[in-house]
Amino acid sequence: MVTISSNLLFISFILYLVATLFYGGSIKSKKHTSEKEGTNRWGQIAVLLTIIGFVSQLGYFITRWIAAGHAPVSNMFEFTTFFGMALVGAFIVIYFIYRTTLLGLFTMPVALLVIAYASMFPKDISPLIPALQSYWLHIHVTTAAIGEAILSISFAAGLIYLVKAIDQTKSSKQTFWLEMVMFALVAVLGFVTVSSIFSGTGYHEKFNWIDKHDNAQVVEYTMPSISGPHKGELLTKDGFKPLFEVPAFINAKKLNTVIWSIMAGLVIYGLIRLILRKRIAAALKPIVKNIKLDFVDEISYRSVLIGFPVFTLGALIFAMIWAQMAWSRFWGWDPKEVWALITFLFYAAFLHLRLSKGWHGEKSAWLAVIGFVIIMFNLVAVNLVIAGLHSYAG
Amino acid sequence: MKDVKCECGHVNPHGTVLCEACGKILDEQTNPAELLDMRYEGSARRSQTYNKTFIDKIWNFFSSVKVGVWLIIITLIASSLGTILPQEMYIDLPADVYYAQEYGWVGKLYYQLGFNNLYGSWWYLLLIAMIGISLVICSLDRVVPLYKALKAQRVTRHEGFLKRQRIFGVNESADENDFMAIKKQLKEKRYQVREENGDILAEKGRFSRWGPYVNHVGLIIFLFGGMLRFIPGMYVNEDLWVREGETAVVPETDGQFYIQNNKFILEHYDKNKDKTFEKAISMAGEVVKNYQSNVVLYKRVGENLPGEKPKLKKIEDYKVRVNLPLTYEGYSVFQASFRSELNKMSFALTNKQTKKSVGELRVDLRDPKTKYDLGNGYSVEILNYFPDFEFAENGEPTTKSRVPNNPAFVFRMVSPEKPKGETSFVAIKQTIEPFGDNQYKMAFKGIETKNISGFIVRKDSTLWAIILGGIIFMIGVIQGAYWNHRRIWIQNKNGQVWVAAHTNKNWYGLKKEIETVLKDTKLVMPDDQVQTEDTDKSKEKESV
Repeated sequence: MVTISSNLLFISFILYLVATLFYGGSIKSKKHTSEKEGTNRWGQIAVLLTIIGFVSQLGYFITRWIAAGHAPVSNMFEFTTFFGMALVGAFIVIYFIYRTTLLGLFTMPVALLVIAYASMFPKDISPLIPALQSYWLHIHVTTAAIGEAILSISFAAGLIYLVKAIDQTKSSKQTFWLEMVMFALVAVLGFVTVSSIFSGTGYHEKFNWIDKHDNAQVVEYTMPSISGPHKGELLTKDGFKPLFEVPAFINAKKLNTVIWSIMAGLVIYGLIRLILRKRIAAALKPIVKNIKLDFVDEISYRSVLIGFPVFTLGALIFAMIWAQMAWSRFWGWDPKEVWALITFLFYAAFLHLRLSKGWHGEKSAWLAVIGFVIIMFNLVAVNLVIAGLHSYAG
Repeated sequence: MKDVKCECGHVNPHGTVLCEACGKILDEQTNPAELLDMRYEGSARRSQTYNKTFIDKIWNFFSSVKVGVWLIIITLIASSLGTILPQEMYIDLPADVYYAQEYGWVGKLYYQLGFNNLYGSWWYLLLIAMIGISLVICSLDRVVPLYKALKAQRVTRHEGFLKRQRIFGVNESADENDFMAIKKQLKEKRYQVREENGDILAEKGRFSRWGPYVNHVGLIIFLFGGMLRFIPGMYVNEDLWVREGETAVVPETDGQFYIQNNKFILEHYDKNKDKTFEKAISMAGEVVKNYQSNVVLYKRVGENLPGEKPKLKKIEDYKVRVNLPLTYEGYSVFQASFRSELNKMSFALTNKQTKKSVGELRVDLRDPKTKYDLGNGYSVEILNYFPDFEFAENGEPTTKSRVPNNPAFVFRMVSPEKPKGETSFVAIKQTIEPFGDNQYKMAFKGIETKNISGFIVRKDSTLWAIILGGIIFMIGVIQGAYWNHRRIWIQNKNGQVWVAAHTNKNWYGLKKEIETVLKDTKLVMPDDQVQTEDTDKSKEKESV
């Protein structure tokens, strides 16, 4: 069952990848605006592939559920994969409202990155600790992820808006930050690449080190160490000697991974720039020329409107019901809870600014980008960096 | 202040921008070339009209969305600061020690700024309170005039009003059949169609306009529920530790309820049995499967007399597990934690030379006997007992607490050879013989532990407000987000037929709907005056 499950996930990943190429094709071969007339042949194939991929991933989800005996949303790999699936699902729904394949071209790569990122975490089926043994696990986590996924569609639409609206003929604050967003996406690709390479070659090296309470500890690196642990002593014979050592309160291993990811990201980004000979955002500009700014703005806003209630229900209301049962209080100021509240407050501010202060268009698109950054922070940093009740990831 | 009478005859309250009935612009300051600002229907809002007294100023401050958004943003940033380091309730050392010790000067600063208990600080509560006030005033300032304006609107609208809608188009002619077809289509699309002198107003989803105010009411009730907690008796939150086999009174219940802990169970996942999890368990070491206390809940019968043992009536047996609290009459008992405690220690009185035991004794560490008779002239007396032994500063043995964490004894061992007895001080891993060489010793035989279940006893009489607030909030959010308020005007003006439309959001959907409505008629699709501007602009940019 587990094998079937991971095969289905792999199939869906490939299908998404191929679909992305078809989305690209549908934009290239298009002579008319996407709004009025129907989707062309390329686009139709792309959407079909996306749907088959989604069904395949749904198959992964169900088979893994059967194998584990609980919904596969209980560790970092499972949750992030589910988030990727929800992202694709949310795109399919929004696609059938607005019928624009351009949105697919921007959403699918993000979904691919999310799923690839997920697969860098341990994939073993993990048992549930007592607090997680509740059907509210399924309800709360899935609803929250779906809400976040719909909100992320507004990021994709916002990105299209910014690529189209920002003048790339001269550099400005806008071009810089938009390019930073592009680079961040490339850096995730960098992380996936280096992680795959080093885990493919089976790289390992061990250190003895001293933690902040002056206790001796052992740490095992899976990438050559650039940042070494506090008072680290390399145990592996042909291991890579760290270039520098960090103080005890910093997690040297995680920092090392971050450094490698950024380096790989820079290399990939450099190669892309070398080929394109302009900013990524500038290179994307011709692709978005046929879409109306006002139209993407509306997609972005609409996604927030659809996603906000779902997110609130899943990440706050259902979370509170479960917390009341598991920990006897519906709210406990755990970092993950607080960051869900922050996400909620942010989108509340977004809606107020839009409704009452008339923040449409570019401002609104930037807000959609920031919103996505907050969601990603909550997914990645809060789980991996800030300790709390939700830090179930290794 | 005087009311304003419009040329259509409707009397509008002072401060109205657009006539409530016909939409004529009453405020001369609006630029005639621009599209109308349709927010709140151009109604007379208190905050936009009065700004004289102190109350006006306060009202205007809190009714401003700008202030509201700032309050949200500040709360957002403040909240994020509290997640940098763990909050006080998640640490197990005194705060003044913990932060400096774990995080150095950063931690010290964090503690000095009071961020260790950020969410309970006066300024954080003040921020929440201000959001609450803002919610009330913002909503009142808008909902009342909006309601009046929407109620007073007439079918026939002023020319200036129609022309300056975002969706607007002019047709030279239309006949009776067209109007019939349009009306039929509109009704099929579930529009409420009103007619007046051949003019049409089609409207739907007006209730979605109340969504924001409904969700604000929900939030206010929610915050009110949070405030209720400060009323004594509304909120009980107590720790309760009960040893296996013992019965304890449930705190804050007036001595009404007793809980007996029969057994505490701790289960781990078994690699060999739970094959699916084999790899994950090997990686993680041990993974807990279950925390459970088998308890019996009792209720006291009759009066509570001091000094008298209460009469108890059994209510139910229950297995308290994580996620499955025992709930009775508003009180809930949650499985929160556990610890083991030393319970009994056994020794053998042993002859040091022959290494032969002459008898064994088991000491109940909670309630040791003073003398243990082993028969045949052997006996052991406990002269002194230190449940939680340590040496005091003057070098004397003493006890830190009454909990047997580190028990130590002074025994007197009586034997036929030494009828007066020999004294020995025995603690874990050490024996001191104050008077030199003893013939007998207390050999350590074994130890028994006992589990203590840690419960949280909670009564939360504020939950109803929290739940009600949550439900109303969700209804309001959904009402506002998933429905749109759409209006389409089709009116005869100057011998032409004018079509105008407005929606509070989702213009794309509205335009598609108008397309179907006008499909089988001579009328042409009206223009979107915003989008044409936009595309023109972007074309200009691209050609440059």
